[in-house]
Amino acid sequence: MIQFQYERVTTAKAAISGLANNSNARFIAGGTNLVDLMKRNVTAPTKLVDINMVPLKDIQQQNGKTSIGALALNSAVADNKLIIEKHPLLSQALNAGASAQIRNMATVGGNMMQRTRCPYFYDTALPCNKREPGSGCGALQGLNRMHAIFGTSDKCIAVHPSDMCIALVALDASVVVAGPKGERRIPFEEFHRLPGNQPEKDNTLQNNEMIISVEIPDNAFNKNAHYMKVRDRASYAFALVSVAAALHMDGKVIKEARLAMGGVAHKPWRLKEAEQALAGKPATEETFRQAAKIAMQGAKAFKYNAFKLKLGPNVIVEALKNAAGLV
Amino acid sequence: MNEAFFDKKDYKPLDRVDGRLKVTGAAKYSAEYALPNMAYAVLIGSRIAKGTIKSIDSKAAERAPDVLAVISYVNAIKVPGYQPKGKHPSEPSTQGQPLRVFFDNKIVSNDQPIVAVVATSFEKARHAATLVKIQYNKEQHMTDLEANAAKAVLPASGKKNPKSPTADYDRGEKNAFESAPVKFEAEYVLPTEVHNPMELQSITAHWEADDKLTVYDKVQGTKMTQKNFAKEWNLPEENVKCIATFVGGAFGNGLHNWPHETAAIIAAKQVKRPVKLVLTREQMFTMVGYRPRTWQKIQVGATKDGKLVAINHHSVGQTSSYEEFTESTLQQTRMMYASPNVSTRYRILPLNLATPIWMRGPGEATGAFALESAMDEVAHEIGMDPIDFRLANYTESDPDKNMPWSTKYMRECYEEGKKRIGWENRKLKPGSLRDGEWLVGYGMGTGTFGANRNAATVHAELDSDGNLVMHCAITDIGPGTGTAMVQIASNTTGLPTEKITFHLGNSTFPNAGLQGGSSTVNSVGPAVLAACNALKEQLITMAAGKGNAAFTSAKPDDLMFDKTEIQLGGKSAKLTLGDLLKQNNIDKIETTNESKPDENRNKYSMNAFSMHFAMVHVHPFTGQVRVKKIVCCADAGTIVSPKTAASQMIGGATGGIGMALTEDAMMDHRFGRYITKDLADYHVPVHADVPEIDVYFVNKPDLLADPVGSKGLGEIAIIGVAPAIANAVFNATGKRIRELPITPDKLI
Ligand SMILES: Cc1cc2nc3c(=O)[nH]c(=O)nc-3n(C[C@H](O)[C@H](O)[C@H](O)COP(=O)(O)OP(=O)(O)OC[C@H]3O[C@@H](n4cnc5c(N)ncnc54)[C@H](O)[C@@H]3O)c2cc1C
Ligand code: SF4
Repeated sequence: MIQFQYERVTTAKAAISGLANNSNARFIAGGTNLVDLMKRNVTAPTKLVDINMVPLKDIQQQNGKTSIGALALNSAVADNKLIIEKHPLLSQALNAGASAQIRNMATVGGNMMQRTRCPYFYDTALPCNKREPGSGCGALQGLNRMHAIFGTSDKCIAVHPSDMCIALVALDASVVVAGPKGERRIPFEEFHRLPGNQPEKDNTLQNNEMIISVEIPDNAFNKNAHYMKVRDRASYAFALVSVAAALHMDGKVIKEARLAMGGVAHKPWRLKEAEQALAGKPATEETFRQAAKIAMQGAKAFKYNAFKLKLGPNVIVEALKNAAGLV
Repeated sequence: MNEAFFDKKDYKPLDRVDGRLKVTGAAKYSAEYALPNMAYAVLIGSRIAKGTIKSIDSKAAERAPDVLAVISYVNAIKVPGYQPKGKHPSEPSTQGQPLRVFFDNKIVSNDQPIVAVVATSFEKARHAATLVKIQYNKEQHMTDLEANAAKAVLPASGKKNPKSPTADYDRGEKNAFESAPVKFEAEYVLPTEVHNPMELQSITAHWEADDKLTVYDKVQGTKMTQKNFAKEWNLPEENVKCIATFVGGAFGNGLHNWPHETAAIIAAKQVKRPVKLVLTREQMFTMVGYRPRTWQKIQVGATKDGKLVAINHHSVGQTSSYEEFTESTLQQTRMMYASPNVSTRYRILPLNLATPIWMRGPGEATGAFALESAMDEVAHEIGMDPIDFRLANYTESDPDKNMPWSTKYMRECYEEGKKRIGWENRKLKPGSLRDGEWLVGYGMGTGTFGANRNAATVHAELDSDGNLVMHCAITDIGPGTGTAMVQIASNTTGLPTEKITFHLGNSTFPNAGLQGGSSTVNSVGPAVLAACNALKEQLITMAAGKGNAAFTSAKPDDLMFDKTEIQLGGKSAKLTLGDLLKQNNIDKIETTNESKPDENRNKYSMNAFSMHFAMVHVHPFTGQVRVKKIVCCADAGTIVSPKTAASQMIGGATGGIGMALTEDAMMDHRFGRYITKDLADYHVPVHADVPEIDVYFVNKPDLLADPVGSKGLGEIAIIGVAPAIANAVFNATGKRIRELPITPDKLI
């Protein structure tokens, strides 16, 4: 058996000090991603700090924001009354992810930290800069049907696989993290990063930090929100393209819009220019088409994922139509 | 057909006799035998697709805690049955030389098993496996079917024998297509599909003595396995025992003995302990067989009013570089329709891949995708309803074999299927129907598979309390064989099903062939029938001998039980089984009976037929397909177990949805490695993909095929489903997808 240390902690503080002096120590929460990666020899931590007993499962409403503990289960968040009422976009996105069994184990923090599903990353016999910096990117000239069209680099074209995070970035969430020196807040959009020259780094969390919670500011997007995910089977598959769309309507006119895409970039892809193009416009298919066009500016496809250039805007329009109640 | 037959053989739905064992976990599968002192083996696969092993550094692995052995070609014991090229004794199913695991340093496919690490626990073996360092000499590999299709060859069987199903076939005029008034031509591609049964391939190998081997093995034939390993290890057959009491799905991948099985047997011999070896899910893509990727080209010539003039069908399928795998891809084209001119060309392409193996609806399911799509395309071109087009070319006898059908009730299937799917709602013009934003389409596809039958033997014992216990070596990979056999015995004897037990999946039981090719009910069913009738005959003789005059001219058919009371001609004979046995001073009677195919097989063409109807929704902007309803119609002869038979059809249709919409083992040919090789990336349909599936059985016996009247249905359950869905997608959208699976990207 691969020998590793296992430590179960009950406080965030103990969790953080559990990582001290060991760059190869990892938290384990639901284990639905980490254990798979260990089984496939993609990662081999020498120490696991089990954080499941840390009391960070609460979902609370206070001071104009909803706070979700990092260890709240994906299913618990999706089914939470407060979330369904105030942030239905998040509930829908969570339910579009994985399977019921996995959602019952997966945590909010783990979901944010899950690694790409790029098949080259998972197979240690194939090159992958993210797994083994400098070994090359297998997907670049390979079967890149599932890969990114925005923000790629010649080092990595992988996508972030989460559905939950697409809703969270659209809702302007921020991430509360804690380290040896205390807490800090990271805007959700800055939590995940683009691959650039360091594809091995998925996000901006420091090695010795822990995700404590996610905060969503109060908003008026709960009436007109829709998460649409297009995938290769009806359920239990990662997104080809997904779109989180939320509208704050004033009669038939869009007051403010939120739009983000999944399955297209190394991070949850917020579409701010398209949002601006929607603001103040009537909620019509024509408006949505225009916004989708803007959203797709700068997209660049590879050999097998060119369909995303067409599917992307279509899903944006469909998600917006659904959010606006046009279908 | 004789109506009286139905009165007597009115088979009722019955819950699976082993259902409780399965859902409570009491059923024991091959990886669940815990033998004393057992060790665990883990296989390491090669990381190149072709070349040789330069070196294996196993020092660190050998030093790892509780490792018993690191086995490779360098130190593996000699397998006595490994033969020089072309002479391996053990394979009836494919031509050539099966991979000899740990035989030499050659690598002929990626993830080929090259090292086994054996330790006292699975985890320790797995860890040690990560410590083995292997160096390779790489050679240029070839894995891409389409890129190399021109290099495909006629299989040896077809070369040797012009009558072989793989040989070139021409009926009528070769050039008839050229002058047909309507000419249609297209190419179709079916990707590599992997069986992916729930249960991973696993074996527990135990040398009970130096020359006595027992394997608990996930296979579809216990006798096949016994014979193969007896030859491989140079042992008398009776020294090899194969146990496969429960098999957690197989779909064909247990029809061949694979290298990992021999690896476990070698390991067990070498460490002198029982060894358990379970493949990983990823290894299920590379160390056992799969449905070969197949390219097909079809030409259909017809008259403007819908009479077929000619069909030319050409296919190229994958095989390995060491075995010639063939399947009956073109069979349906030769016999399904009354086309005067038919030519088929079957080719295989040896590649740096493991050997394929039959997967549910083998060959026919692949061929039917091309044929039944093409039929739909031609119907569309001439503006005809695709069912009318098929009926216009219906054939009342087998145009390939030139024989009458034993039975064929496809007209009933067309009628019933049309009604149940709501065919009248279908529009000839594609893209004309909508439900909200979704486009709606209807399609259908037909399937056929030979009503195969093999010799089978059943031993039966009946005691004075009316307990009937039977034994047969056949396996049950999931269809409910035990249940079906209990029902046949119950209907033949009148004994309640709870009093009947059917033991299977053990090579020490009486002979049976493989569970494959939809042949089990047709082969073992008649042996059960024969054994039950033989028991009845013994009772009649005994009763007559004790002076019961009524029995002197009785036939087995006249005798039935009402619990333990004997009835003759439907009336009580005032005699119980117990009394009769007591009068004869015995406490049970027993019999062993073989049943085998008869000369009718030379006079009739015997086939099961299916027809699948699909209604689909397609989203015009996102390309998502939702199958909304499937109707499966089957002419499979007598349905002896209506409930498990319906489950077979539902399972087949579900597999067909996977074939049509989701399943695709994608390979990166630069490396010759699969990239979709777990259940997250290789998409089998999930619940949300599977709609209501409505099953209709014609349920008319085919007594020419076998005395039970069954024609088999495991294969026809999937054959024709994929084209039915592809045709429905075309009807919905006007888009014809000729390369499966039909994923959203292909429809936007
Ligand atoms: C077959 C399959 C299908 C899936 N499909 C989808 C899908 O469609 N959509 C989708 O969004 N997801 C999908 N997932 C992914 C799933 O959502 C993630 O596996 C899950 O959210 C991870 O959460 P976890 O708690 O199990 O994380 P773990 O596996 O326990 O941990 C994952 C990583 O997060 C780190 N970590 C965990 N908690 C914290 C914390 N509080 N602070 C800092 N680091 C932390 C761990 O150290 C580890 O590196 C799928 C997974 C599987 C296996
Ligand atoms: S895309 Fe990224 S994760 Fe995939 S192979 Fe390239 S470097 Fe690795």
